[in-house]
Amino acid sequence: MSVARHWRETPGRYNLIGTKCGSCGKVYFPRRSLCPECRRASMGKMESYKLKDEGIVFTYSIIHEAPADNNALKPYAVAMIMTDDGVLITGQLVDVDLDKVEIGMPVRAVLRKLGEDGPSGVINYGYKFAPKK
Amino acid sequence: MDVGIVSYGAYVPRYRITPSEIGRIWGIDGEAMGKGLLIHMKSVPSPDEDVITIATEAARNMMSRCSVDPKDIGAIYVGSESHPYAVKPSGTIVAETICATPNMTAADLEFACKAGTAGIQMCMGLVGSGMIRYGVAIGADTSQGAPGDALEYSASAGGAAYLIGSEKMIARINKTLSYTTDTPDFWRREGSPYPSHGGRFTGEPAYFKHIGSAARMMMSEMGTKPTDYNYAVFHQPNGKFPTRIAKELGFTDEQIKDGLLTPFIGNTYSGSVPLGLASVLDRAKPNDRIFVVAYGSGAGSDAFDITVTEEIEKYDRSKAPTVAERLKDTVQLDYGKYAKFKGKIMMG
Ligand SMILES: [Zn+2]
Repeated sequence: MSVARHWRETPGRYNLIGTKCGSCGKVYFPRRSLCPECRRASMGKMESYKLKDEGIVFTYSIIHEAPADNNALKPYAVAMIMTDDGVLITGQLVDVDLDKVEIGMPVRAVLRKLGEDGPSGVINYGYKFAPKK
Repeated sequence: MDVGIVSYGAYVPRYRITPSEIGRIWGIDGEAMGKGLLIHMKSVPSPDEDVITIATEAARNMMSRCSVDPKDIGAIYVGSESHPYAVKPSGTIVAETICATPNMTAADLEFACKAGTAGIQMCMGLVGSGMIRYGVAIGADTSQGAPGDALEYSASAGGAAYLIGSEKMIARINKTLSYTTDTPDFWRREGSPYPSHGGRFTGEPAYFKHIGSAARMMMSEMGTKPTDYNYAVFHQPNGKFPTRIAKELGFTDEQIKDGLLTPFIGNTYSGSVPLGLASVLDRAKPNDRIFVVAYGSGAGSDAFDITVTEEIEKYDRSKAPTVAERLKDTVQLDYGKYAKFKGKIMMG
């Protein structure tokens, strides 16, 4: 992904900013410019919406074959998180022992490095999820 | 105008390694080394953590404890000697992660281990002059010691963030002053991965002279003596130095123990005094008086005289993890995993 494309995603990546349809109230993450349910009725009514940064593990999977960026972390868990406002987000779990991961476990979003474009390239930051203390 | 601390937040990574495990690799009695330095273990960042993520966690903890609108923050200073970028300010990313952009200024600071307290002083000036309503000062580091070097036993990771303002202060800063000279006790040249140090030179003419001078200046200007303070926090490159300077100045072990974290997390460099002060604020009561002296190689010391206010009774410290909570639930690494985490293994 280019530097510009990453940069456009930072509101969502850093702060879980999605969109809420002003017509039906449904929340979308990542951002959408149009509500797929309301279509034309949602035009001009899509508002920025900051998701709750806490939620629970909805389901998860343990990753043993990781992309190069995450080599030092493997094996690790990737989970679908149900945020407290009912939105599903996929993210890596951090600071957790893999045998302690379970469905329903309370988590909160934390900022971590997602990867970098080589040793002289840009560093990309974004949300991962840690157990809620 | 009275200026002080409106909120604060701390962060220490979860992983630890002991001096005896490091010594095992280098054929040194690490346990004796740890006893000498008064370090039981040191914190290690996860491979996906750096100064920006640590500063962000500390700043978010700080914001979740208060009701200040992030748009009222006029300045963010991140002090560190391990900023992830040589050019591209850490502060811009941290500011974005707490939604404080864009009507604000930001800059990254460097002054070895006292860049965080230098940021507190800058925010005090900007708030006190009426230029900004709130300022954020963060001290955070992911310090590296060269493999096998004495610094490897202590260099660790962590940070703390301070919201400086003049409204609803939980602690008033009565005075700050500094003592600065050109002293080459510790340095790192651009492009060098690890710092160099002046060996024995790092003690007497550096740490002890600067902290001692700043501390004595402060007590002389405030007309105070060590018994006037409930707590004292000194820069802690190891557990031994702050214990000794405290004794020399006339402070007791009781006064320094709550702010002395090095035995459990190592030397967090720019995070060191900010974390020690956070640990004191975690338990402080109204009218407690706190004496703080930071030290940065190169060299300089920043001293602060602080009084906790009644406002701390209304301030909800439980909205974010305390320092003590961050010291629980840790994971011990062996040297192999530590080397992998710290990127000390060359790949291909
Ligand atoms: Zn809709």
